[in-house]
Amino acid sequence: MATFTLPKNSTIGQGQIFKAEPGAKDVRAFKIYRWDPDTGDNPRTDTYELDLAQTGPMVLDALIKIKNEVDSTLTFRRSCREGICGSCAMNIDGLNTLACLKPIEDVKGDVRITPLPHMPVMKDLVPDLSQIYAQYRSIEPWLKADTPAPPDEERRQSKEERAKLDGMWECILCFCCSTSCPSYWWNGDRYLGPAVLLAAYRWIADSRDEYTGDRLDNLEDPFRLYRCHTIMNCTRACPKGLNPAEAIGKIKTLMVERQG
Amino acid sequence: MSHPPDPRQAAFAGRRTDGSPVQRPLSPHLQAYDMLQMTSAMSIMHRASGIAWSLATVLLVWWLVALASGPGPFATVQWFMSSFIGLLVLFGMTVVAWFHTLAGIRHMAWDLGYGFSLPAMMRSGQAVLVGTAALTVLTWVIALVVWL
Repeated sequence: MATFTLPKNSTIGQGQIFKAEPGAKDVRAFKIYRWDPDTGDNPRTDTYELDLAQTGPMVLDALIKIKNEVDSTLTFRRSCREGICGSCAMNIDGLNTLACLKPIEDVKGDVRITPLPHMPVMKDLVPDLSQIYAQYRSIEPWLKADTPAPPDEERRQSKEERAKLDGMWECILCFCCSTSCPSYWWNGDRYLGPAVLLAAYRWIADSRDEYTGDRLDNLEDPFRLYRCHTIMNCTRACPKGLNPAEAIGKIKTLMVERQG
Repeated sequence: MSHPPDPRQAAFAGRRTDGSPVQRPLSPHLQAYDMLQMTSAMSIMHRASGIAWSLATVLLVWWLVALASGPGPFATVQWFMSSFIGLLVLFGMTVVAWFHTLAGIRHMAWDLGYGFSLPAMMRSGQAVLVGTAALTVLTWVIALVVWL
């Protein structure tokens, strides 16, 4: 059953305000979700004022600047700072995206930053992704074939067969899409969510994979696949411009087609 | 008898630096997300209009029951339906019915595999909104011409 409100221990209180240095020209406030497991307090929103003239262009630049120069306790994941590792996925200005790909100037007014929605928080902007990784494992995201590969050669694909995987192999598993999906919020324990279903279709569509039927059997379930109601928040959120909603639609089509 | 623990709670069992257990919070969802963007707003309205339309059919039943009961009860229903409140309800019903029909067609297109790209999604969403307004006005123009 969907609960639209936050549990008692998760409601967000007022936090500290870190003023910009005097003489700052282009001041912008960053309102950031904070939760520290060591205090036992509820989460809070801290406000950090930065001089944009002294800050890099992306939201991740601002976060790193805060951590380096203002408040070293601020905790977030980041690695590549160029949109290929998927670590800095978070909710910025009401939409899930990668902090490293989100220009500060795209946000009007205060920059509100919270962790990926409806997830257990480990600290500040770091959610626990264990469940979603387990779901990814459940679709067996690797090539499954009984036919041995040709000796001294890779399994071949035509250009057309290979082209079917475009728009899916690019997924970096940042889970911006899954955590933008209201169906995943309410039924995340049983619904696989857009990211995992996109990955599932990537292997269903692979001409070298010989377990398409088994893969579809695994998804033939009122929750695992069919909690998708084509809300399309996933496609709207994807920072890589991929289309999980369309991939899920294709899985649904295959389900109907194989009924004969 | 106590209930078995909910397995979904397992992910919320955290540890402090000193190793003592702590209940992790749930990150904000509806509280943080932009639900008024085209994607989720249309989905919520599709559900709401479906519920509203189902409830509105009770009015149709009331009308039919009154029709079968005789001229007295029927006149009562006619009086209510042509009152300001009644007309407002009927107008709302028209909006809801057209919206749910058009948004339903949009969903059927998706089920057939069409219209998944973001520009197509935005265009079809706008078409549903504009179409709802246009068809509602058209319905009422025709209804008022016939009625008056």
